[in-house]
Formats: sequence, C-alpha cells, structure tokens
Amino acid sequence: MASYIIRRILQGIIVLLAVSMICFIIFRYMGDPVLTLAGKYATFEQIQEVRESFGLDKPMLEQYLRFVWNALHGNFGVSYVSRVPALDLILERLPATVELATTAIGIAFILGTFLGVIVSLKPFAIRNKVIMAGSLGGISMPTFLTGILLIMIFGVYLGVLPPYGRGETVQVGFWRTGLLTLDGIRHIILPALTLAGFQLAVILRLTRAGMREVLTQEYIKTAWAKGLPPKKVIFKHALRNVLIPVITITGLQFGELIAFSIVTETIFQWPGMGNLLLTSMFESDQPVIVTYIMLAALVIISINILVDIIYAFLNPKIRYD
Amino acid sequence: MTKRRIKSKTLSSFLYDPPAVIGSLILLIFFFAALLAPWISPQNPYDLGKVNLDFFLTPPVWMEGGHFPFLLGTDDQGRCILSTIIYGLRTSLIVGFGVVLIAGTFGVLMGLLAGYYGKVLDAVVMRLADTFFAFSTTLMAFLLMGIFNQRGLLTVILAICLADWVRYARTMRGSVLEVKEETYITAAKATGAKDFRLLLKHLLPNALPPILVVVAVDLGVVIMLEATLSFLGVGVPVTEPSLGMMISNGKDYIYAGMWWMIVFPGATLVMLVVGINLFADWLREELNPRLERKES
Repeated sequence: MASYIIRRILQGIIVLLAVSMICFIIFRYMGDPVLTLAGKYATFEQIQEVRESFGLDKPMLEQYLRFVWNALHGNFGVSYVSRVPALDLILERLPATVELATTAIGIAFILGTFLGVIVSLKPFAIRNKVIMAGSLGGISMPTFLTGILLIMIFGVYLGVLPPYGRGETVQVGFWRTGLLTLDGIRHIILPALTLAGFQLAVILRLTRAGMREVLTQEYIKTAWAKGLPPKKVIFKHALRNVLIPVITITGLQFGELIAFSIVTETIFQWPGMGNLLLTSMFESDQPVIVTYIMLAALVIISINILVDIIYAFLNPKIRYD
Repeated sequence: MTKRRIKSKTLSSFLYDPPAVIGSLILLIFFFAALLAPWISPQNPYDLGKVNLDFFLTPPVWMEGGHFPFLLGTDDQGRCILSTIIYGLRTSLIVGFGVVLIAGTFGVLMGLLAGYYGKVLDAVVMRLADTFFAFSTTLMAFLLMGIFNQRGLLTVILAICLADWVRYARTMRGSVLEVKEETYITAAKATGAKDFRLLLKHLLPNALPPILVVVAVDLGVVIMLEATLSFLGVGVPVTEPSLGMMISNGKDYIYAGMWWMIVFPGATLVMLVVGINLFADWLREELNPRLERKES
C-alpha cells in the first residue's frame, strides 16, 4: 500500500513537470514576452535590459529551471494587463469558484443519488421513465445552454432570481463569501444549478445502474427476508455499496467540473477563476493563463491521487503490484 | 447462414426499440438537411449579397412582425435563423464526424499496439490516458484552443482530436487484452502468422465492437464540445456558421425578449445530441451480452 501511494505521488509529480514544461513553452513562445514586458515603443537598449533582467538571454534549460524554481515559490510573474502578481489575481478569485463548485457538487450528489435510487426501485413506473428521459436530456444538453435557458426563465421572464453577478459578499478572514447573505444565496442558485446539471445526470445514471445490479444480490435478498424495513435495506445495505464507484467517478471527473465552471462563470459573469481565465485568453495575458493551468493541474492531480488512495482503502479487493 | 440470422436479429431488435428508431430518424433528417444545405435553406446566411439588414431581428413568421420567408425569424444581422441553423448543423456534423474519424483511427491504432505489445508503449499510452482523463476532454480542448493562435474549423477538429483520442485508445487496449487470450489468436500465431497480419486480420476486427459504442457516445460529446467552444469564442471563427455561436449572439438579446435567436438553435443542438444518445443507448445494450434486454 505504502509503495502504491509513493508510486502514485511520483507519477503525479512527473505529470506536473510535463505540464510545467508545456506552460513554459506557452510562456516563452506564444507571443514575445520581451516585447510585452518592455512595451511596444521600447528602444533597443530597453529591450536588452528587459531581456537580461528577466533572464531571457540565458540558455533554455536554465530558463526552464528558473521558471520551475519560481513556480515552486509561488512566483508566476506579473499579469501583463493589470501589473499585479498573477497568483494573487487568481487567489483573489478562488473563493467565488470554490463556493460555486461545492454548492453545485452538493446539489448534484444529493439529488442525483436520491433520484437514482427512486428510479432503480421501480424502473417501469411512468414517473421514473420521466426522470430517465430528463436525465437523457441532462446529458444531451450542453452546460452553456442550460445556463442561458435558466437565465431566460428565472431571470428574465419570471424575474425571480438575479441573472448575473455574485451579489452581496462578506469578508470572513481571508475568505470573501457570498453564502452568508440572502442576496448572495439568491445569486448562487442559478449558476449552481447550471453547473450541477451535467453531473446530476451522470450521478443519477451511475446510481441507477449500480442499484440495479446490487438489488439482485444475495445479501439484499437476505436483508429483505430478515424483515428489515425497506429504508434500511435500500439505504444502508444497497446504496452504501453503490456509492463507492459513484464517489470515485465523481472525484475523477473533477477536471470536467473545472472545465464547466469556466463556462458557467462566463455566462453568469460570476467573478471566479474561470471567468478570469477566459478574459486572460482574449487579452493574451500569458502569466495568468500559465498560473491557472498550473494550479488547475495541481488540484486535479492531487484529487485524483486522493481518490485512488481512498478507493484502495475502501475496496480491499484491489491488488497493487 | 449464421451471419445473416444475427443481422436480422439486430435489425428486429432495433425496430422494436422506438427510442432508437426516433433517434436515428432525427439523425438522418439532420444529416440530409446539412448535406443539402445550399438547396433547401431559404437563404445563404454567409453570402453577404443575399443578407438584407432591413430585416434584422425579425420574429418568427407566425408572430406579429414576422416576414416570409424568415420562418424562424432573423438574427441581429438579418440572417435567416432557419438557414443559419442548417448551415450550423453542417459545422457540427463535420467537426463531430471529423473528430470521431481521426481521433478514433489514431486512438484505435494506439490501443491496438499498446494492448498487443505492452511494455513501454503500453505504459506511456495508459499514463497519457489517465492524465488526459483527469484533465477532461473539455478542459484540454479549451486550453489547446487558447494556445493555438490561428482559429478555424481545422484547428477546432485538431484540438478536440488531441484531447479525445485517449478515449478510443483506452477502450481498444482493454478489448485487445481480452481478445489476445482467445484460442484462435494462439492458433494463428502457431501457424506462423506475422505480427502485421495478426494485428490487422485477427485482432483488429475482433476487438472492434466495443469501440462502436464509444464512437456513438463520443459523437454527441464532440458536437456539444464544439458548440461550447464556439459559444465561448474560442471555437470556429465568426465567419463559420455554428450553433454555439448563434446562441452566443442571441444571449445579448434575451433581455429584449428575442427568444428565437436562442431557442431554435438550442433545440436543434439538443435534438441532435439526444438522437445520437438514443442510438448509442440501444447500441450499448445490443452489444452488451451481460445485460439481459427487455426485463418486462
């Protein structure tokens, strides 16, 4: 087990290094950093000066090592546009994204498993066919369309929920939260539902498939035969065993969550990291893009390793060699 | 004889599955509409000489202020919505089938080689696949489009292919590992068949069926991905028709109540993907011998 964990972490570090190499290439060759840093009207001497002070005249390997060294110290350079350290710019946006993503995952998970269980119990009831049809719509509907339709219905026609922004926020220590004010909660409903949509359908389908398999097992029949109340059989005996793969797959789809948070934040003008990334792409603000990619890679890889380890603990049947 | 029976069995199971038939019908209609776009669409929305700015933001024909021949209304530049949808379907299907074909071929080959030869190639392909999956196809394609300087239909196809091929490689590898153990492969080896022949004549055709399901599911995913990229402004350029871009244009007008610029392209996109998924669901159950069909 210990060797498995170490190997997974080593693999993670290799992937991170590969990502850092790609980021370095983006930073160095997509657009001329010298020109961007010195300004369009810089003289030859000024350009030379910038080149030397940023070490851009050094050999490639040295430049790359310096890039990694700086990154390890949280120094990803300064945004070309706002002249603020890129990491600060992104960290400032972190709370908004984390709050949106966790709310969405919470909704998706609770609703998804609940509906999945209901559908699996009576697959042929009309109500459940409707739910399944809805889930087919859920996986066939791109996130951006869900968002826009929700804005149209609740923001424009019914006018009951705010269609954009984060609303009123409160500073709690270093964290700026929108979940403590009524206005903030009203603002998070639509984007969270949008982001939850896709995951919800996936979790529903996974739960249903898992339950259908588990419900035919001997130990469930035993549980029924013992005369246990249905609630206990379904939630304690059956669902528990179904949840392991569901949680694993949800965890492994974290990259998907990040990707769709970019889309959701853009539609709802949610002041999060994804929104910042898209703006930076249009402005060719490489330091911010690079920082975002490195941070996203770090988070995604860490979560993957964590999920693998937890899975290994939960399921002793897996062999590692 | 046996082959024929299997075929007709498949056909009858298909015909007795109404969702699958509906899905395929939608697909067929959309496919031919896209193919015949220049002849059946009322207007060529990308021919500047034909587009008339006088008719911009016209509502659908049954509403007050609607004009014939703009059945579903026009957008902010006077382009007929119906025509733009038909041309947009073309882009969706070209990107969808293009990616499935290119990424599929490459992924299947890599999976075949990785599964058959194992060792270093296998390790590299599988680690790549793990990493790509962790990042998700959507995020990869999005970041790649951010890196590429030039944007065009080909760039979009290329970016999605780069992000997507591992899906095929992984499935193919798993399938090859299973087929490899079959007696007929050992037999072929014993008769002295060369690697090349073994791979292409024996392994490839027998390991391919699971890939069909991946193709069907992936087609829908890729079409949604193209729409998403174009919606965000990092997909096809503005000169190309795209359902995603139509919706992106329309979103500025929802506060003015001009719903037709979003609802019609959105509905088309969803119908297309639902059609594909209905077909994919049928195919999955048809090819999965473990799942007993028709439980009732």
